[in-house]
Amino acid sequence: MTAGADVLAATDPRPPIDLSSGKYLKLWQGPQHPGITGNMSIELTVCGDEVVEGKTHVGYLHRGFEKLMERRTFIQVFPIVCRVCVPEPDFNEYCYAAAIEELAGIEVPERARWIRTLILEMGRINSYLMYLGGQAGAFGLGVIGQWTTHVRDLMLDRFEEMTGARIYHMFILPGGVRDGLPDGFDRRMAETLREIERTMADVENVMFHNAVFKKRTRGVGVIPVDLVDTYGITGPNARAAGLPNDVRKDHPYLVYPELRFEPVIGHESDMYARADVRRRDLLVSIDLIRQILARMPRSGPTMSRLPNVLHWKIPRGETYVRGECSRGEYGYYVVTDGSGYPRRINVRGPSYTHAMALLEHLIPGTNISDVAALMVSLHTYPPEIER
Amino acid sequence: MRTLLARLKERFALGPITEQRPDLAFVTVERETLRPLLRHLRDAEGFTHLVLLTAVDWIEEGLFQLTWLVHDRRRARDIGLRVMVARDAPVMDAVHDLWPTAATYQRELKEMFGIDFPGSPRIDEEFILEGWVDIPPYRRDFDTLKFSEETFEHRAGRGTTDPATHMREHLGIQGGSK
Repeated sequence: MTAGADVLAATDPRPPIDLSSGKYLKLWQGPQHPGITGNMSIELTVCGDEVVEGKTHVGYLHRGFEKLMERRTFIQVFPIVCRVCVPEPDFNEYCYAAAIEELAGIEVPERARWIRTLILEMGRINSYLMYLGGQAGAFGLGVIGQWTTHVRDLMLDRFEEMTGARIYHMFILPGGVRDGLPDGFDRRMAETLREIERTMADVENVMFHNAVFKKRTRGVGVIPVDLVDTYGITGPNARAAGLPNDVRKDHPYLVYPELRFEPVIGHESDMYARADVRRRDLLVSIDLIRQILARMPRSGPTMSRLPNVLHWKIPRGETYVRGECSRGEYGYYVVTDGSGYPRRINVRGPSYTHAMALLEHLIPGTNISDVAALMVSLHTYPPEIER
Repeated sequence: MRTLLARLKERFALGPITEQRPDLAFVTVERETLRPLLRHLRDAEGFTHLVLLTAVDWIEEGLFQLTWLVHDRRRARDIGLRVMVARDAPVMDAVHDLWPTAATYQRELKEMFGIDFPGSPRIDEEFILEGWVDIPPYRRDFDTLKFSEETFEHRAGRGTTDPATHMREHLGIQGGSK
């Protein structure tokens, strides 16, 4: 046994669980369960209403993305990466493209950098809208999900007219983006943003001022601030604990240094604080999109001149590129070996830590009825774990 | 970053260094240096966050490259520590006592690459795969296509989805690649 295992065993304060005592019951929550985000399951050990242990189980949608990427040329990898995360696929496109650009020495036109930022903020809004519907649904507030799905659909319309696709856009290529904005996009986007703002005002009234929602979420699922670095917690889960951690500020990329915004933070670090940080961060994204549309260049190339994509060979090297997605730090670790294929691509999604080690740490001691809401409050997507 | 690397050189035996960006460097170290160096980076240099732990299969050289990427939030910089381990005896020291999240990475590496981390929690439990009997699938010598052809049967009666064939047979349009 290593020194590490000794330390963990010595510091675990929980009494041993004797299943034969009759005090405990094993329950499976998921993989098909309304309170589970994605296809994942939690093996719960309960004592009455209290959960004493939760073990996470993944593997229900493993498709071997990282392995598949190694068998494809650099441009053939491109349609795979976005599929790692359904609700917010664009970060995969950006991180992969940025890593390839860094290793291959490709410059990105200024106009493309603005459009990339626009796409990432549009995706962030969509991801938050899905989250709000799920979080409210975990407490029986089903109508919130209907409202947020409606306005998310409007944003998908904007994605469709810009990229030709609603979910997997495949618009951010190494070297730039596929195209500029269509005619009349600004006006239609302005209408969409106003509609989302109106819906968010309703969501605030019905969800965040709701006595049941407040009672069920305040003081529940608290992440102590000293666990943030220990567990690699990023994004709104860290900001709700009072830390202004935001990759857009800490490691500025694309045109974020030219935009005016401050990281949204909370203090209580409970489920309510995390939901509120995401609600306010969504409003920041709306403001960022308005800033981008007001200031972005309207002419100029959107793509660098590149050699034939079928014959790319990238010198041996390795890098890590990160961005701030709606759930925290999203990163791509890419290793090249001088051939026309990537040697290794490792996707670092925030759910890898939030839905595994952190969730297992937070579950003991919670009421069984809060487990689903707790998992949703960490805003996790299992495909990032399994890739 | 250069000041940090110079300080580390004074205390530890460092191998080849790659300064990828002003805020990102990769350093190769020996196995026995890794844990003391990670502990030093965490406790003395402000690298408080384990970003990832993963492996690269350099099958031609008979080596696995393990990479621990750690992040210093205050100074916005990352350092990646590389350790090369032999493919035929892939064992490495666990670091989950430094960062609990490492346990998940270690469990995944055991399953996907066959790299053992003795003492790591649930290290021998299935992580993603179920009932796997072949070589660890993320190794370079695991052929996904061959595995699929040997493991699964083609479903009888399944039609082609080749666009040129579809156009020719259903739309009467000649052309395409066939």
